[in-house]
Amino acid sequence: MSAVPAAELSEARLAFGPVTALDGMSFAVRPGEMFGLVGPDGSGKTTAIRALLGLLPLQGGAARVLGRDPAAGDRGAVGYLSQRFTLYGDLTAQENLEFFGEVHRVPELRARRDRLLAFTRLERFRRWRADRLSGGMQKKLALACTLVHTPRVLFLDEPTTGVDPVSRRELWGLLSELILGGMSILLTTPYLDEAERCGRLALVRAGRTLACDTPAALRASRPVRLLEVVCSPVRRARDLLAASPRVEEVQPFGDRLHVLPRRRGDDLADLLGTLEGVAVASVRSAEPSLEDVFIWRIRSGAAGG
Amino acid sequence: MPGAESPAISVRDLTRRFGGLTAVDRVTFETGRGEIFALLGPNGAGKSTTIRMLCGLLRPTSGSARVAGVDVASEPDEVKRRIGYMSQRFGLYGDLRVEENLELYAALYGLRRARYRERRDWAVSLTQLGDRLRSRVAELSGGYRQRLALACALLHEPEVVFLDEPTGGVDPVMRRAFFALIDDLAAAGTAVFLTTHFLDEAEYCHRLALVASGRLVAQGTPTSLKARLAGEVLLEVRSDRPGAALAALSRLPILAEATLFGGGVHARAAPGVGEAEALAEVARALRAAGVPAAPPAAAAPTLEDVFLALVREDG
Repeated sequence: MSAVPAAELSEARLAFGPVTALDGMSFAVRPGEMFGLVGPDGSGKTTAIRALLGLLPLQGGAARVLGRDPAAGDRGAVGYLSQRFTLYGDLTAQENLEFFGEVHRVPELRARRDRLLAFTRLERFRRWRADRLSGGMQKKLALACTLVHTPRVLFLDEPTTGVDPVSRRELWGLLSELILGGMSILLTTPYLDEAERCGRLALVRAGRTLACDTPAALRASRPVRLLEVVCSPVRRARDLLAASPRVEEVQPFGDRLHVLPRRRGDDLADLLGTLEGVAVASVRSAEPSLEDVFIWRIRSGAAGG
Repeated sequence: MPGAESPAISVRDLTRRFGGLTAVDRVTFETGRGEIFALLGPNGAGKSTTIRMLCGLLRPTSGSARVAGVDVASEPDEVKRRIGYMSQRFGLYGDLRVEENLELYAALYGLRRARYRERRDWAVSLTQLGDRLRSRVAELSGGYRQRLALACALLHEPEVVFLDEPTGGVDPVMRRAFFALIDDLAAAGTAVFLTTHFLDEAEYCHRLALVASGRLVAQGTPTSLKARLAGEVLLEVRSDRPGAALAALSRLPILAEATLFGGGVHARAAPGVGEAEALAEVARALRAAGVPAAPPAAAAPTLEDVFLALVREDG
């Protein structure tokens, strides 16, 4: 028997007037995993989290957190970092933690506060006013505040949007450590390169789940190899390749092309060697990216578990 | 004198100080017409100060910048006429229709009636908004809004277009379409200058420059920047128990960094540790901890890895 999911939506339906936000969305977050809900703006990610928080009653299907109806369940088991989580700007970093700790009636709050300041490497800034902290530090402090009551499940709504790459990598390091400590995490992101970091993920669009699996399995579901061709001039190479019947698709990326051969296993070697007026610097075979998989799923209308 | 061969943007020793703080410190680079160029950097690195100077909104303390052949310090208003600017937070009017937004921007740029019609038709056909002219902006999806924002920024036929995180949050199909359109625009001779925190957007650029603490620390094509990381050893471990794999590796002295990554762990070897040694040590640590895992493999660096390495080097 499998363990009770940390959080689960099954066939969730919800409309706001004429706008369908959830159109049968389903996924389950296993205990102790980092699960990504991945889709563009307006795909239903935030609505899904709000349903799991028990804030929005579903019109069909079910939401469960740790096996229970979230509206009736133990809210203390859940930590939630919303997209617009507000710190108190005129309170210091540690006062913010104390405030959220008191709201949750956290026992031995000082010890907990100090552990979280150490965990987020904010000890040196504990007496800084929150509005004086950099964006990355504010994000870490907000994360610390959502952890103050020691939740078992964490919902993070676009935790890395607007965060620069240095702070973003640090944030992922902290989330790694939380998983190591047994936390279950559901996070949303519109960025497919970032989704690669999740243990499993659901690709969602228009309120529905297009696919749900590990990043590796999702990539394997698109059984092709791309050729990454570094060449110059790129535009001329693109036009020549796009005209070939052996090429299914050419995607320009800066100084290189991603070329999808029509026939599996065709390395296009002779074709690439004879592109008139084009210097080919290198050709490398690559797995399709999650973005390629997502686009392919959307185009082929291929939905699945 | 602007001419076909002069660079679209030419920046020499550009410096801006605010009191004792040097926000931009002797930055030098050039971008050509038809080129898609990105400026990357962490928050506080001096990116937005640089862009404000390039757009004629802020006077440089020293050094020079010419945009479309015009000096930003002596003719800032002329610079503003020659550039287009589009951002995620671009000011579209939600209550107005698509064509009304276009008209409004045309009026702001002082386009005459006949020229407006011609430019509108061109921008609408480029961005494929023809079937949405009568729609209210508030009813449009993110992808359409993005394209309308671009159309508004292009109405006055700018020689240089600035894009600030242009595709954040849009559907991947729309994003691909957007960059195909940007590529067409560049192919026709417009210079495109992009700033972003999202390195998958940067992958679409011909050349990138990276700033940290106000200074330009690297520039080159995406491929040449990745090649600069040749000295760093990056490893990838795939396992059914990624948490256990991370636990086994997180205190390993030969690794500088280890984080969960999909169904496994991504790690960076400590400086001076070679690839063979790192692979062997990681395999040994996993075996010792009894973690089932595929043999570790060397991983190709992403632009994000490059970015982080350069910022680390910079201190």
